Amino acid sequence: MDKQEERELAARLVSEIKALAEKTGRKLRFMEVCGTHTVAIFRAGIRQLLPDNVELVSGPGCPVCVTPDDYMDKAIAYALHPDVIITTFGDMLKVPGTRSSLSEAKTNGADIRIVYSPLDSIQIAKDNPDKKVVFLAVGFETTAPTAAATVLAAEQQGVNNLFMLSAQKLVPPVMEVLLNDEQVHVDGFILPGHVSVVTGTGIYEPIVQKYHVPGVVTGFEPLQILRALYRLVKQVAAGEARVENEYEEVVRPEGNPVSQRITDTVYEAADTGWRGMGIVPLSGLKMRSEYAAFDIEQVMPLPEGELPPAKKTACRCGEVLRGIVTPQDCPLFGKACVPTHAIGPCMVSVEGVCAAWFKYGQGRFEYGK
Amino acid sequence: MVSDKVTLAHGAGGKMSQELMEEVILPAYGNPLLAEMHDGAQVQMGGQVAFTTDSYVVQPLFFAGGNIGKLAVCGTVNDLAMTGAIPRYISAGLIIEEGFPVKELKEILATMRQMADEAGIYIVTGDTKVVEKGKADGIFINTAGIGDVIRGTHISPKNVKPGMKVILSGYIGDHAAAILAGRHGLTLPDTVKTDCAPLCHMTRAMLEVAPDIAVLRDPTRGGVAAVLNEIAVASDCGILIDEDALPIHEEVQGVCDILGFDPLYLANEGKCVAFVPAEKAEEVLAVMQANKYGRDARIIGEVTETAKGQVGLRTAIGGIRVVDMPLGNLVPRIC
Amino acid sequence: MCLAVPAKVLEIDNAIGKVEISGVSREVSMMLLPEAKPGDFVLVHAGFAMQIVDEKDAEETNALLAEMKGAPRTVGAIEESVSNG
Repeated sequence: MDKQEERELAARLVSEIKALAEKTGRKLRFMEVCGTHTVAIFRAGIRQLLPDNVELVSGPGCPVCVTPDDYMDKAIAYALHPDVIITTFGDMLKVPGTRSSLSEAKTNGADIRIVYSPLDSIQIAKDNPDKKVVFLAVGFETTAPTAAATVLAAEQQGVNNLFMLSAQKLVPPVMEVLLNDEQVHVDGFILPGHVSVVTGTGIYEPIVQKYHVPGVVTGFEPLQILRALYRLVKQVAAGEARVENEYEEVVRPEGNPVSQRITDTVYEAADTGWRGMGIVPLSGLKMRSEYAAFDIEQVMPLPEGELPPAKKTACRCGEVLRGIVTPQDCPLFGKACVPTHAIGPCMVSVEGVCAAWFKYGQGRFEYGK
Repeated sequence: MVSDKVTLAHGAGGKMSQELMEEVILPAYGNPLLAEMHDGAQVQMGGQVAFTTDSYVVQPLFFAGGNIGKLAVCGTVNDLAMTGAIPRYISAGLIIEEGFPVKELKEILATMRQMADEAGIYIVTGDTKVVEKGKADGIFINTAGIGDVIRGTHISPKNVKPGMKVILSGYIGDHAAAILAGRHGLTLPDTVKTDCAPLCHMTRAMLEVAPDIAVLRDPTRGGVAAVLNEIAVASDCGILIDEDALPIHEEVQGVCDILGFDPLYLANEGKCVAFVPAEKAEEVLAVMQANKYGRDARIIGEVTETAKGQVGLRTAIGGIRVVDMPLGNLVPRIC
Repeated sequence: MCLAVPAKVLEIDNAIGKVEISGVSREVSMMLLPEAKPGDFVLVHAGFAMQIVDEKDAEETNALLAEMKGAPRTVGAIEESVSNG
C-alpha cells in the first residue's frame, strides 16, 4: 500500500467506526492498556480523526508509571551504595521516588548505566568483578523473559555479581481490577500487541467472557490501531464480546512457549503493588527461591530506615492510570507538574499518559484549536 | 621534536609549547595572518559584523564521516552563515588532556584546516592548554568566528509571516544517528555518516536570490523540532509541516525505531531550515539543490496564521499532532 | 509498553543472531526464539528476538475493505470513487 492508499483506508475505517458507533446510540469508551499504544495514538493524531462518540482512554500500560514510589526508593538506595552499579532502561532514569530520582543519584555520584538490553548487564558485571551489578527488572510480560533469560545466561556463564531488582507486572489481573472498579467504564480493550506476542491471546479469554467486554490485540501502526477500533465498535454494535487478533503476523494463539517457560523457570506470580491501585493479588512476578542468589533483595537486603517514609501529594496519577480522570483534571498538570519538573511518573515516562497529553498537544489535541 | 603524546609541558608556555605550536599547529592552520604570531590577529572587515562562539565536547571524538575538529569549524561557520553573514575568520581554543596522541591531534587539526579552506575562512588566532589526565575527555575545542553580514539581508524571526514556506536542506538525523549508533551497539552501513558540512556558500547563494529570507537556522541540538518551535514562538505564527515531506534515511529511521527516538529531535550538523516568502520558494529551492549540501532540499511546510506559537505535523494518515519542544537528553527506552 | 521492531536475521552463531533493521545491524540473543533461521524476519525487543514475523497477506486488506459495509472491492476502486466525488 502506498501512502495515498493508507490515507484512503484510514478515512474509510474512520467513517465506518463513526457509522457503527452511531448505531449504538451512546458514547463508546475504549481503553488501550499499553503505553506504546498510547504514544502511537497521539503520534498519529488518531484521537483527532475519531468521531465525538468514540473516546479513547489510557490504562495502566506504562511499566514506569505503575511502578510505585517504594520501588524507586529501593533502586535509589542501592544506587547510592558505593559497590553497586545500577543498569537500567533509559525510561527509569527520571522517575521520582519519595525524595529523589535515579537521575539525581547519578548527579550525586551513583554509577548508573543505561542499557538497551538486560543482557548488556552481563558484560558490565564481567568488566567490574569487584562490584555488584543490579539490573532494574521492570516491565510487563514482554520484558520478563528477557530478564529471566539474562539470569539464566549469567548462571550459565558463572557470573555471580549480577542481580535483579524485580518489579515485573502482569496485564490480565490489572484489567480485572479495572473492570471491577465502579468508577471505571470501558466498552472494550485495545489489547497490548507485544505482551500478546509472549503470552498468546488465550490469557484474555476468561476476562472477556466473564465481563462481556470485547478485546482486540493489535500492533502499533496507525492503521492497525484503527482496524482494532473498527473491530471493537463492530463487536459492541452487535452486542458481542470476543478476543480478536489484528496482529496475526507476530501474535499466535499460544504466544511464545520458550519465553513463557524461561520466565516461569526464574519467576513466580506474586502479589504486587501498583501505583494508584495498591496491592493487586498475583499481578506481578517475584524470583523463585532457586534463584535467590540473583535477587538483590535477598542477597543484600536494605537495612531498616534506609528507605524514606511515604509521602502524600496532590498528584492524581493513580486515577489517571485507571482512566477515571484525564490529566487535565489533576490540579498539578501543566502547572507544578511538567515534563521538565515531573511530580508524578505519568509525566516522567515518555509513555506516560500525562507526558503524552503534554507533549502531543498539552491536552489540546487539535492543532490550532 | 614533539613526542607522540601531548604532555603537560606542551601547555606550560616554554620551549615544548613552542615546539607543539611550530611543528603541529602552525603547519596545520598555516595562513599569512596567523604567521604574524601576535597576541591577536588584526583583520579588515566590511561593515556590519556577525560574531559567534561555540564549544565542542563530542564523544566519540572520531565518528563516521568526521571528527570533533570538523564540527568545531563547521559549527561556527554555520552559525555565522545562519545570521546572513559571509564567515571570514575564526579562532580555535584547544583544551587537551595530558597523554592525548599527537597523531590524533594532527588529524583533527588537518580536518579543521580542510573545512576552513572549503568555507573560505582563515583560522587566525588560537590558544592551547593541556590539563591533567582525567580533567578533560581527550580534547575540547572552542571556536569563535566573525563574518560580514550580507548587505540588504535582515534575518529575524520577527519577519516570519503567514504563508511563508518552510524549506529544509536535506535528510535529517544523520549526524545524531551516526553518533548514537556506536554508543548502543548498532552498526550502520558506510553510507550513513555525519552530515557535518560548511553551509556558507549555499546560504550566500540563497540570500543572493532572496535577500528577504526571514530566517535561516541550522537544526543542531534538539533537531528540527526545536528550531520550528523557537521560530513559532518568536514570530507568533503557527507552523504546519507534512510528515510525508520529511526526508529521513531508512537507516536513521531504523535507529530511531530501535532506540525509541523521533528523527525530528535528532541533531544535524550540515542542514538548514529556511523561512522563505512563498513567491521566492522555488527560486531558493533551485539554488539550494544546485549546491552539493542542498541536493535533497524540499519544502516541508508553511507558516500559518492560526495556531500561533505552535508547530503542527500532518501525519501520514491525515491526523495532525502538535510537535513540542524537545526535553533534555535522548536516552534509549524500551517502552 | 514494549517497543519492538521487525528485523531480518542475517546469521546465527551460538544463540547470538546478527539482525538487520532498515539497514542497521545489531547482535541480538536468539535464546527465546530457537526456531528462527537466517532469512527469517523476527520481532526484536530489548535485545532479544521474540517471534518470527509472518508475511502480511495483501489479500487481507482487500477482505477488510470488502467487509466494511458497501465497500468497493479494491483500494483502486476507492480512489476512483473518491476522485469521482
